[in-house]
Amino acid sequence: MILHHFPGGIHPNDEKGLTAHLPVENAPVPERVFLPLSQHIGAPAEPVVKIGDTVKVGDKIAEARGFVSANIHASVTGVVRAIRDYPNVFGRLAPAFEIETTDDAPFHPKKNREDALSLPPQTLIPFIREAGIVGMGGATFPTHVKLSPPEDKPIDTLIINGVECEPYLTADHRLMLEHPSEILEGIVFLHHILGARFTYLAIEANKPDAIKVMEETARDTKINIVSVPKRYPQGAEKQLIKTLTNREVPTGGLPMDVGAVVQNVGTTFAIREAIRWGKPLIERILTVTGRGIKTPKNLRVRLGTPLSEILNLCGGWKTTPGKLIMGGPMMGINQFDTRVPVTKGTSGILLLPRDEVGEYHPHTCIRCGRCVTVCPMGLLPNFLGSFAEFDRFDDAARYHLLDCIECGSCTYICPAKRPLVQMIRYAKGEVLRRRKKAAKK
Amino acid sequence: MKDLLVLSSSPHIKSPETIPTIMFQVCLALLPAIFVGVYSFGVRAAWIILLAVVSTLAFEAASQKLMGRSISIRDGSACVTAILLALNLPPTVPWWLVVIGAFFAIVIGKQIYGGLGHNPFNPALVGRVVLLISFPAQMTLWAFPSHTIFARVTDTLSGATPLGWAKTHVMTHGTLPDTLPFHISQAFLGQTGGCIGEISALALLIGAAFLIWRKIIPWLIPLAFIGTTFLITGAFWVANPQHYLNPVYHVLSGGLLLGAFFMATDMVTNPVTTLGMLIFGIGCGVLTSVIRLFGGYPEGVSFAILLMNATTPLLDRWTRPRVFGEVKKK
Repeated sequence: MILHHFPGGIHPNDEKGLTAHLPVENAPVPERVFLPLSQHIGAPAEPVVKIGDTVKVGDKIAEARGFVSANIHASVTGVVRAIRDYPNVFGRLAPAFEIETTDDAPFHPKKNREDALSLPPQTLIPFIREAGIVGMGGATFPTHVKLSPPEDKPIDTLIINGVECEPYLTADHRLMLEHPSEILEGIVFLHHILGARFTYLAIEANKPDAIKVMEETARDTKINIVSVPKRYPQGAEKQLIKTLTNREVPTGGLPMDVGAVVQNVGTTFAIREAIRWGKPLIERILTVTGRGIKTPKNLRVRLGTPLSEILNLCGGWKTTPGKLIMGGPMMGINQFDTRVPVTKGTSGILLLPRDEVGEYHPHTCIRCGRCVTVCPMGLLPNFLGSFAEFDRFDDAARYHLLDCIECGSCTYICPAKRPLVQMIRYAKGEVLRRRKKAAKK
Repeated sequence: MKDLLVLSSSPHIKSPETIPTIMFQVCLALLPAIFVGVYSFGVRAAWIILLAVVSTLAFEAASQKLMGRSISIRDGSACVTAILLALNLPPTVPWWLVVIGAFFAIVIGKQIYGGLGHNPFNPALVGRVVLLISFPAQMTLWAFPSHTIFARVTDTLSGATPLGWAKTHVMTHGTLPDTLPFHISQAFLGQTGGCIGEISALALLIGAAFLIWRKIIPWLIPLAFIGTTFLITGAFWVANPQHYLNPVYHVLSGGLLLGAFFMATDMVTNPVTTLGMLIFGIGCGVLTSVIRLFGGYPEGVSFAILLMNATTPLLDRWTRPRVFGEVKKK
């Protein structure tokens, strides 16, 4: 198969050796879980249980509000103790359920839809929607929305994303090794829903074992298992579509504009569980890694488990603490509060020791142009950064500020150690705020 | 305190490359040229380089102190400027000329604009061109490398570089002689007259190869620069070999290689886009050729690069790359 080239990209050490060989362990069910009402892009869910109610694992406790939203389910059996503000992954307080666990039993499926493929395609989407599934690669976009493109956007390409290009993370890698047939069934379901002509499962070349396992599992199917070159951000949606189909999602557009739907392997697995067993999204696999943690692990964790529980389970800090990150080192979010719970989009917990965390004093841009070379969107991050620095938001917007995917490649490569992504995010916020203001007038 | 978590925006890992590591590698890449310069012109060349470094660092520190900025002489950029300035001087220059050059390079060429990253022109070339225009006699008084075949014709030459010799010969005699008093291999190895750092093409190429391998400099600018110069001077040579010098001399002698690999590639003063770099390199080549073939000076690399430096902001604006997913406006 001919692979196409997206611009730019970087080659950081992938650091996956810390956890790639470790089978997924089930983390013990915590005494309390904290489930935010908003674990997804879109409107926060609306609670449907009251304080004091007893809930069973898998019960719906909050209902999606509107189309772009997602249900929330109890990840443990227990009693709702509170619905209150609680620290979230973005460093803010947001409403969350506090559920005290009374029983650590796993979810018991009530259904076995062996005949799912004989159902009309559109009838499968409500199962996914009901299960509260969102993009588990980190973007947390409600999956049922992605699977319901408007009539005028026919989908001919289904891409399953097993690239996992973020350094350190191995959750998707382990999932493919340990549950290939479940993933395959999920792909078949997705194919049934979308009726796409082409189906690809893309895996980065640094996971030859996963490629082999998936190839063997999918031998008698029309699914193309594609080994894509190791280059960050190969797993970014637009870059992956370009690599496989040579189509470019237009600026400001969505994958459906070029006839493609991309689903992460973790999401695909959750879709399979939802359709086959009626299992809602109440747990996920994540990688606890970095040279700061005593025992790195791949864990299956109930949603709502606080970071502190997971750190204890893995032996805590091995060295002087540096950074505690939810997600990978390129796009993950720095944490300062270990009460923060695992949510639907938590793909990993990364602990960097103090001596791996540099203290940088940004210099003036020396115009070396490395950020321009590595930008996977063909932007000029040096100018975007400088425009942001001097509040020249109109100029920044003219230089396609809003097309930035915040992958961090420019900031990684910058020898002057300029916080380019941070400056770009600031400018993006300002531009959007001003547009909203202008629209109101 | 030390157990507190560090907080910052993503990404949380960064490449080990910093401004000092870049500058250090540029200095390293200039070592072969420095070595050939000192070997050919003796200890005097070493003193010139050393004086340039010391005075440049002093001017940088003093001007930063005066302007209330933090002193950044350790970032290595002033050191690169100093070495490039020294390598662009004839080995005969008096010491005070070096100091004046350093002053103009650092204070006028760099710090006045706001320091590293803000200067529109290559500082070393600003220094050199000020000296060339203000002290033409001292700046064109060439010495000859020790033990060379070239030395036997010294007394008949008024300008000692191959380019200067050719220009003078054509002006006085109307044509070039059938046999030239120098040979291509001499220009390649460093046995012709010239500035301290420009005489050996081989030494410069070794350094350049290192920088391209380390991705410190883009290969596009030197290729476009040298290629354009070769093609234009070559076209004139083919049309009239009696009047114009073989293009190989244009490439190997004079400041072309030093300029193309080490000064046109100065990241602060050249475009950041690929197309911009291509135009920049071609522009340098065209200007260099025009000055060399038709100008009053035998050499035009410095002027060409400085003129193209001035176009950099425009080139960056005009050659913005196509954004991923950008649809052409109909």
